[in-house]
Amino acid sequence: MKDNKKMELAHWASKYAKENGANEVSVSVYDSKQSEVEIREQKIDKIQESIESGLSIKLYVNGRYSTNSTNRLNKPELERFIKEAILATNYLAEDKFRSLPNRELCYNGEERDLKLSDSTYDAVDPREKIEAAMKVEAETMGMDDRIITVSGSYGDGSSRGYMVMSNGVEGFNESTSFYVSASASINGGDSRPSAGHYMATRFWDKLNPEGVGKFAVERALQKIGAKKIKSGKMDMLIENRSVGRVFSSLLQPLYGYNLQQKRSFMEGKIGQKVASDVLTIIDNPFIESGRNSRLFDGEGLAAKEMTVIEKGILKTYYIGNYYGKKLEMQPTTGSPSNLIFEKGSKDLNDLTREMKEGILVTGFNGGNSNPATGDFSVGVEGFYVKNGEILHPIAGMNITGNHKEIWNQLVAVGNDPLTDRSWQTPSMLFEGIDFSGL
Amino acid sequence: MTANKIKENPNLKHICMNNEVSRREFIRTGSVSLAGMAILPSFLSFGCNRLTEQSGLNEYLEHFGVSKEMLQKVMAEALSRGGDYCDLYFEHTLSNNVGLMDNEVNRAGSNIAYGVGVRVLKGDQTGYAFSEEVSLEAMLKVAKTAASIANESKDFPSINLSEKVNPDYYKFKTAWEDVSIKQKIPYLQKLNDKIFALDEKVDKVQVYLNDESSYVLFANSEGILSCDYRPMFSLYASVVMIDGDKKEDFGSSRSMRVGFEYLTEDLLDEVAKEAVDGAKRQFLAGKPKAGEMPVVLAAGSSGILLHEAIGHAFEADFNRKETSIFSDKMGKKIGKDFVTIVDDGTNPNIRGSVNIDDEGIDTQKTNLVTDGVLTSYIHDRISAKHYGVDPTGNGRRESFRYAPLPRMRNTYMENGPHTQEEIIASVKEGVFVDSFTNGEVKIGAGDFTFYVKSGYLIENGKLTQPIKDINLIGNGPESLAEIEMVANDFKMDCSTWTCGKGGQGVPVSLGLPTIKVSKLTVGGVNA
Repeated sequence: MKDNKKMELAHWASKYAKENGANEVSVSVYDSKQSEVEIREQKIDKIQESIESGLSIKLYVNGRYSTNSTNRLNKPELERFIKEAILATNYLAEDKFRSLPNRELCYNGEERDLKLSDSTYDAVDPREKIEAAMKVEAETMGMDDRIITVSGSYGDGSSRGYMVMSNGVEGFNESTSFYVSASASINGGDSRPSAGHYMATRFWDKLNPEGVGKFAVERALQKIGAKKIKSGKMDMLIENRSVGRVFSSLLQPLYGYNLQQKRSFMEGKIGQKVASDVLTIIDNPFIESGRNSRLFDGEGLAAKEMTVIEKGILKTYYIGNYYGKKLEMQPTTGSPSNLIFEKGSKDLNDLTREMKEGILVTGFNGGNSNPATGDFSVGVEGFYVKNGEILHPIAGMNITGNHKEIWNQLVAVGNDPLTDRSWQTPSMLFEGIDFSGL
Repeated sequence: MTANKIKENPNLKHICMNNEVSRREFIRTGSVSLAGMAILPSFLSFGCNRLTEQSGLNEYLEHFGVSKEMLQKVMAEALSRGGDYCDLYFEHTLSNNVGLMDNEVNRAGSNIAYGVGVRVLKGDQTGYAFSEEVSLEAMLKVAKTAASIANESKDFPSINLSEKVNPDYYKFKTAWEDVSIKQKIPYLQKLNDKIFALDEKVDKVQVYLNDESSYVLFANSEGILSCDYRPMFSLYASVVMIDGDKKEDFGSSRSMRVGFEYLTEDLLDEVAKEAVDGAKRQFLAGKPKAGEMPVVLAAGSSGILLHEAIGHAFEADFNRKETSIFSDKMGKKIGKDFVTIVDDGTNPNIRGSVNIDDEGIDTQKTNLVTDGVLTSYIHDRISAKHYGVDPTGNGRRESFRYAPLPRMRNTYMENGPHTQEEIIASVKEGVFVDSFTNGEVKIGAGDFTFYVKSGYLIENGKLTQPIKDINLIGNGPESLAEIEMVANDFKMDCSTWTCGKGGQGVPVSLGLPTIKVSKLTVGGVNA
């Protein structure tokens, strides 16, 4: 539900800034509530609740630009805050690329229910929240003598945002989310492997703790006896829920900031092949109850569906308002919404059976990637696979290479996209990856 | 679940300890994004007298609009359900940021954060709530929420609050609040110009200067009442160099608890040189062979090894829950005689130092490993009580929005008996690493990683081909035992390291003399 006072505050701040020297203004006011509880041994370990609100203001003053935020929302303090910020902005150098986005590209106020917010949020009984966390741990009790500890958690959040821009754009969004999670720690002799799992929804009645704790315990148990194997070039199958870590390095160089600052190996690659034919990705902001669904982005640009990569060919960059102007490109949006991957025909088990020799990667450890050059190196854990059979868990190994090359080594994607995440990644099979081990 | 990470600067580095499920982050997704940087020309007062670094306790009480009687009332409410302990953490933080891109100082930002956190402990259990409004009514409300961790009716004797005076580990001359944006701008411009002047291949430069002034008022049910002023300065420069069709980048940063006087021409020269030299070397760099080999860690930022391999796994919350690989190793010999590792909150002006921790306990220099023997974990109140030891002053929080956890401060190794020359000469085939961006550790398995931005191959005792962009992996207890040589050239690193754990980031630092680890798995290529 919209709080009209907050919307009024955003309008007031925009007007006040204009009256005091700003040429253009964009104001966001937000408020949010959160609660979480963590359970161990069927006892509450930690409980936390909070309510927050704040205001952030982007100021365009005589061709100069600054962004300012505060959680002190009474008007006398805000007046002083805005005035001082305008004064300070005047000392900066002019930047001719700073102005609000073109009105035609912005959100037009059209309402559309993306089913992101549960109206029963405030009515959920706190005892039921504790109960949900208890259930996560309870189902793991007695599963295995080697369990050291399992913690079960429940959390929720509700947030509302009000955006007012001096070019007449106005937007409101609200969303809720609920989750349960588990983390399990196992006595594996010399090592104490751990694993986690979660499920998240936008609606309380869709939250189902069942299986979350069990998954975490089973996964941790599978890690017992993990060892390093010899270095070499092998196949790599990445489980759907872990793909995001490597995939984010393919997205980074598509951002306007990186392109304009010459920190992108994707410069000039629109219309060119950057991955194998099996990779097709659509950015869809309108998925009902999607993790990152939206009608407009943080700059007020109207959301739209777009193809990012089609059969390996790069179709678009992520260009926000400012870097769009600098790069003389039409803005799309500065950041991804929901990413939908074209599915393959096989599941993780089928893909595993197709591997001659390689590693099924189920988790990453550290590592980094350089968006300017594409160089990357990342720690991996998972399972050693030979002739389609999982032989034993592995840990303490690295994969190293370059993103300009590995996406062309992608030979198959799974039919198992993660539908409750914003990046709905399926499992992915690559060939000829450099693994470092012994 | 327990991956801990560290990062070095806002754009580049991050050391942390993360839960795989980062609760706060994903709950927040979906709200209108909030700008975070800052620029206020001077302090924004709250209608009363300005609080300064010289202010005493009474001025802090006045600033937050509270009296001892109010604090007593709130604590009585917090303990009304039978909690053993409670604390109130008031914070007012002002952050400013100014940045240069494409040759001009053309961006800036500011942020104000203000509020109070109320925590109640009942044994190992924690109840936490915070309010952004500091009125008696609002505080009583959050105290009631936090109190609910306990569930019996009990009268707590009235708490007699008395001031605790803290030592001062961050002395400075000019507070950042007294420095206008106009005074900062020329330094950014100069740093940009110095970088361009160093090499004609320089194509893009970015410079950012952040400063933060944080006022903390703390009270607890043990009767402690104290205040602390915490300054922080960070400077970061990054460069992209282009040579034909090759492109390389590098960054350099400094971050300390210092005043404006720290920002000098010499500092700008150092940062400019580090960034340009670093990028230049990347053009010559390749990848090493994949596999296990000896690794020599250069003095300074290689302290990331300690942070990841040992530091997080020594945090006593993990040991209390027995999820750390070091849980059963207290008092045991875990390294060679010349290995002594400390976590220290008292280093003057260093980024991870604190005058008092965030639960009212004196900071200290804590010996984690003494002459190769594990001598202390890293404790907060809960874990110290659990183990029956004195707390170590490691209870830290990101802000009033979070309950404290056992966290590192400045983690480093003391000097040893060898020299850097001897160490390099002792390696036939291996790598030498000296610049890092981030790291991570799995507490239970003990597997840690850190990412090498640059280094060299070592061939027959000599540094040869530069290397870049490789991840190193080891196992905490194994690698600690495999530290074979330690030099006498200790260096504290002063980059912008931020440690993440449980969704909270806190400033830390790290340091190391040159050391040799007999083997780590080096990311590389296969023939």
